Amino acid sequence: MSGFPVLTLMIAIPLLAGLICLFVNASAARWTALIATFLDLALGIYLWAAFVPGGPQWQFVEHIALAGNFSWALGIDGIALTLTMLTVFLMPICIGASWRSIVKRVPEYMAAFMLMEALMVGVFAAQDLFLFYVFFEGGLIPMYLIIGVWGGVDRVKASYKFFLYTLLGSVLMLIAMIYMVATSGTTSIPALMQYNFPPAVQQWLWLAFLASFAVKLPMWPVHTWLPDAHVQAPTAGSVILAGVLLKMGGYGFVRFSLPMFPDASAQFMPLMFVLSGIAVVYTSLVALVQRDMKKLIAYSSVAHMAFVTFGLFAFNRQGIEGALIVMLSHGLVSGALFLVVGVIYDRLHTREIAVYGGLANNMPGYALLFMLFTMASVGLPGTSGFVGEFLSLIGTYQMSTWGAIAATTGIILGAAYMLWLYWRICFGAARTPEAATMVDLSAREWWLLAPIAVGVMWMGIYPESFLRPMRADVGRIVERVEHSRPASDSKLSGGAVQTHQLAGVAR
Amino acid sequence: MSFLQAELPELMLMIGAIILMMVAAIAGRRSTAAVSWISVLLLIVATGLLFGPPSHAGPVFGGLITDDLFAAFGKAIIFPAAAVAIIAAHGWFERGTEHAAEYPVLILFSAVGMGVMVSATNLMTLYVGLELLSLASYVLASYRRMDDRSAEAGLKYFVLGALASGILLYGISLLYGFTGTMTYPGLAAAFTRDGAHSLGLLFGLVFLLSGIAFKVSAVPFHMWTPDVYEGAPTPVTLFFSTAPKAAAILLGVRVCVGGLGPATEAWRQIIIFAALASIFLGAVAAWGQTNIKRLLAYSSINNVGFALVGLAAGGAAGASSVLFYVAVYVVMTLGAFLCVLWMRDENGEPVETLASLSGLSQTRPAFAAALAIFMFSLAGIPPMFGFWPKLVVFNAAIHAHLVPLAVAGILGTVIGAYYYLKVVKIMYLDEPAAPYARPRQPVQGLLIFATALFVSPIGYLLIQPISNFADRAAGSLF
Repeated sequence: MSGFPVLTLMIAIPLLAGLICLFVNASAARWTALIATFLDLALGIYLWAAFVPGGPQWQFVEHIALAGNFSWALGIDGIALTLTMLTVFLMPICIGASWRSIVKRVPEYMAAFMLMEALMVGVFAAQDLFLFYVFFEGGLIPMYLIIGVWGGVDRVKASYKFFLYTLLGSVLMLIAMIYMVATSGTTSIPALMQYNFPPAVQQWLWLAFLASFAVKLPMWPVHTWLPDAHVQAPTAGSVILAGVLLKMGGYGFVRFSLPMFPDASAQFMPLMFVLSGIAVVYTSLVALVQRDMKKLIAYSSVAHMAFVTFGLFAFNRQGIEGALIVMLSHGLVSGALFLVVGVIYDRLHTREIAVYGGLANNMPGYALLFMLFTMASVGLPGTSGFVGEFLSLIGTYQMSTWGAIAATTGIILGAAYMLWLYWRICFGAARTPEAATMVDLSAREWWLLAPIAVGVMWMGIYPESFLRPMRADVGRIVERVEHSRPASDSKLSGGAVQTHQLAGVAR
Repeated sequence: MSFLQAELPELMLMIGAIILMMVAAIAGRRSTAAVSWISVLLLIVATGLLFGPPSHAGPVFGGLITDDLFAAFGKAIIFPAAAVAIIAAHGWFERGTEHAAEYPVLILFSAVGMGVMVSATNLMTLYVGLELLSLASYVLASYRRMDDRSAEAGLKYFVLGALASGILLYGISLLYGFTGTMTYPGLAAAFTRDGAHSLGLLFGLVFLLSGIAFKVSAVPFHMWTPDVYEGAPTPVTLFFSTAPKAAAILLGVRVCVGGLGPATEAWRQIIIFAALASIFLGAVAAWGQTNIKRLLAYSSINNVGFALVGLAAGGAAGASSVLFYVAVYVVMTLGAFLCVLWMRDENGEPVETLASLSGLSQTRPAFAAALAIFMFSLAGIPPMFGFWPKLVVFNAAIHAHLVPLAVAGILGTVIGAYYYLKVVKIMYLDEPAAPYARPRQPVQGLLIFATALFVSPIGYLLIQPISNFADRAAGSLF
């Protein structure tokens, strides 16, 4: 496309800023980080504007051979574009959220976040298998430090758990990658997406990739690192973790598992549906009984991610588009919810739900935004949550009625725990005198939450803005998995007219 | 004269070492600095000669020794590492009662021994080189002779090393007895002729490999490593864990791939066992360590396991992957030990406990960052460069259809990651302990910076030159 290396620049700017952060004082580090994230946001907006939907599959391609097959190959399709946008959109908010609440070792904190941003952009932009792995795994180091140094009381255990759990999943993927390169002779992700591995081989490769992405996403039963990590991480760390890092798992399924191993994906579809079904019901029930706000939202993340796996493995356009919208929506909504928790945590320094109550009285602005994000999390029409979950459910229903029943149960339970959380925090009488005297959102907090609120509404009212860039890519994936689509148990699907009508919803 | 040209670096080092030994004996302690820097200079010149015009001599001295690219690759690792070991000792022995000027001389002698090890094409030369290295090493380990731990380390190393030499010699004698030759090409021909079915040959092979496994401290011949590494003076530990280890691994590669190539199926299972056992024992046993030198000792056992994964793959690809691994491993380990050398309490006395590293990131951020880079790199976590050699050896293993080995090995990295992470945790997550003294060795600081830069993601730019060199070096074995 353009000769200007936008993607490299988007990786280089935060890296450079991170380096600068290490050598300056706290205040300068904050400003450096903020400016760098805004520069990246500006470049992200440029990407979005210059991206031609329906144009070439891979745009902004860069390629520098490094050694053998290994190359600095970057490029994005529509799916990567939206996730890159999500990343650069959330980063300035994260820096803003840490502006006052992080007081110790600020330069290093900002440097870790800058490194994180560079690696996250890299994950979505990498077109080389090993380059992807380097970015994918590299994120462990800064995140480990963010949780471990600036986290809560139990931060050491949580940071170890996060690191080792994720590493264990990823190394198996590395072996699979080496095997794929040995067999196919290329490390190029676009080329591998067209390569046909023998079905028997696909099984093993698929399972190895599952090990990595299931931990990252996370799926039941390997989700247990997530609540710990979220609870201990500082607010901005939770936002990045829920907003972007979890999406890497879903992105991995879309980019690798489905197009590279369609036969194995079809074969393991029932497994994915069973795991997702258990996840959505079980983790929703677990979320109901949480007393810690962050833990509750963490469990709700696992439940929402189950919609992603449901949608992706439905093998149809609605499902995959729905899954991608759920990913974007969850990135915004869960990020916002962690910020919302962070706002009151900064005031009272506790995450116990029981301490709060009646905040609607003394914090009306806060209650309003919290309400919006709660509704988005529940999936109220008009918010981003609805679009994603609805499309995902349509797709799931066409593939498996039982899966759809489990998923719908999850939505109901989701409404229960979210609304109950909201009720306990914002309504009723204040349970402690401290809670009753808390002041409403400051201007800074408004600036953090309002852009996300706009994004959530935009995605809910006019999802086409987000669906259009990825439509062609979703089409390619559907085409690729078409021949191996497993039989559906739904009595209502299959008719050409039906599919057409449902596709209309997606449009 | 071609034979002289072929062995010019070793000859130069040998003559230099003898002269310097005289100087040290006559001038005593006053000559320490001069002898050290001249030794470093000799090693640098010797390294430079490797990159000079190739001699094309091939095997010289009647096939006892050769100067092919493989040997050049080995020496290009060994000589600089030995030079760093001399620089690292600067200011270390002067404090004690030792005769510091002899330290660089001993390093020079062992460098010659290692040069012979990697260029030997005959079991006898192999043994001579190995013994030259070993004898110098025994003395080095007990260099602080008034220190109980150092003396104990030297004695342990000597007794166990002598045993290993005996085993090695016994293996050599068996091989000689059954094949009638000691040259590697002759052995290869004998194995091609008889296959690996002859029991005598198999016994010889096993004993030979056991002797080599001792030298590279592969499980189950690793017992001496933690004790010797802990007891020996730190510059000596730095030396042990880099150059001699690289030399022994390369020697193993030349023997296995070059000499015993036709018997690959016979030795592969031994190497696979040693590789996996080293990876797992090195990873698990390091968990409970509180001394950084012991921890790094287990780390070196662990890393040898990964190098052996590449060796198990066999063939030129396997050999090349081992070369790549060793090259990066040596740099990482040099950096890590240089950091250990800088761990001094307020009085300038060396400390070795992990606990003393607490909160280092707050008292000495650059130092902590460098050590963290080495730890992540040794653990093989991308984006550090230490990830790439692991990828290369696993790549070789998968190309050789050893997928289960690769899977088991890579799971070992996760177990190992725990203790590397522990060091980072102590430095970054814990509250600061008593700060270290400020070191006053700019050269060592520069070396730490250079090695840290090498293992940082910038190292990826070096993949192409290193792997080209390694490929050509491995190709010269055949």
